[in-house]
Amino acid sequence: MKPAPFEYHAPASLEQALDLMSQHAGDAKILAGGQSLVPAMNFRVVQPSLMIDLNRVAELSFIREEGNVLRVGAMARERHLEFDKSIEKRTPLLHEAVPFIAHPQIRNRGTIGGSLVHADPAAELPMLMVALSAKLKAKNKSGERWLDAKDFFAGMFTTALEPDEILAEIEIPFMPPRTGWSFMEVAPRSGDYAMMGVAALVTLDKNGKCKSAKLVYLNAGDGPVDAVEAAKSLEGETLNEKLIESAAAHASEKEINPFGNMHASVDFQRHLAKVLTKKTLNQALQRAGELQ
Amino acid sequence: MTQVTVTVNEKQYTRDVEPRMLLSDFLRHELGLTGTHVGCEHGVCGACTILFDGESMRSCLIFAVQADGHSITTVEGLALDKDNLHPLQQSFWEAHGLQCGYCTPGILMTMIPFLRDNPNPTEDEIRHALSGNLCRCTGYQHIVDAVKLASEKMREVEK
Repeated sequence: MKPAPFEYHAPASLEQALDLMSQHAGDAKILAGGQSLVPAMNFRVVQPSLMIDLNRVAELSFIREEGNVLRVGAMARERHLEFDKSIEKRTPLLHEAVPFIAHPQIRNRGTIGGSLVHADPAAELPMLMVALSAKLKAKNKSGERWLDAKDFFAGMFTTALEPDEILAEIEIPFMPPRTGWSFMEVAPRSGDYAMMGVAALVTLDKNGKCKSAKLVYLNAGDGPVDAVEAAKSLEGETLNEKLIESAAAHASEKEINPFGNMHASVDFQRHLAKVLTKKTLNQALQRAGELQ
Repeated sequence: MTQVTVTVNEKQYTRDVEPRMLLSDFLRHELGLTGTHVGCEHGVCGACTILFDGESMRSCLIFAVQADGHSITTVEGLALDKDNLHPLQQSFWEAHGLQCGYCTPGILMTMIPFLRDNPNPTEDEIRHALSGNLCRCTGYQHIVDAVKLASEKMREVEK
């Protein structure tokens, strides 16, 4: 239960960190909050030979509004997301969901960037970034590129980052006007990994019809699962119980691909997905209506 | 080896450590502060919870080198001396909030910032706040009672 030895670097700037990444690409592991990485190191599942600790890179720790987007530094702690007023106002879905991430002791240390790069299919932040159509900025020594959240997650614990790249920033568009939201998950115990979780967004037009919808799932496949067909079936419609029922059935039976685990069979996960889809869609619809 | 200077319970310590040394082991083995307990060593049980710059964190998921220049509070930092326990500790004593005591330091260090931010919590809020700390003895009822009692005592002190 002790980590294997490693060489340790704690750069004071992103530039220094990128230099180290270019020198040691492939061998180096970035240490962000460490709330998933350090347990894996304690178990020696992961034995990096060299660690680059970003906790002293102050320039990566920010949350600010700019135009119509929120800009969040990769080292912003989950606890800061939880209490940030801009996030509460501009992306209430994120505000509602962050308290479901583990426990306060973990959120005090864990970072948004760390969770996204870890890419655990059962984690909340990756699916929330897909639901909110966020963009992620990857940097290396020679430049930067922006990736859509849906293209960033490349499978179980896998991202589109190159070995010399660091996730530096996340750009989250403000939720559009008349958009209702809801996040729900079912876990064996508060703070545990959820057996199933759903984020729903419903945007209404001026006549109260569904202009667009979004349904994204955690622990429902090898990454965040965006149920595009179920969401599409709601567009242009005046939402009612029957439409919501059929979208929930389609998403839970056809679009998600849960694996099952010791806490929940595949059938139970699909059942939870269906129930939670209905609940979240109804809540999102109600909230959108209240914003009319 | 890397040099670390850290303030623990308002006292400054400097030590040379391997980067892989966990903060929990640093506190116990280098500083002799064995009040911080080590249970699961992968961030689940909460026994090793300490305050890092005033906020509760798992000391088994932080490397000692990362604490350089930071301020740590452990359970040893709560009481003035053995006859003057912190009201939270006194409440655990009075309400039988422990049996074997293994989980207790972690629970105390979780409840300190919880009661700071939420001085008058409901039972539901207390149970939720305790969810990151495992106790295998008591069934939690007496722990919840102890936290309730502590919130009363601490509000009295505030007055």
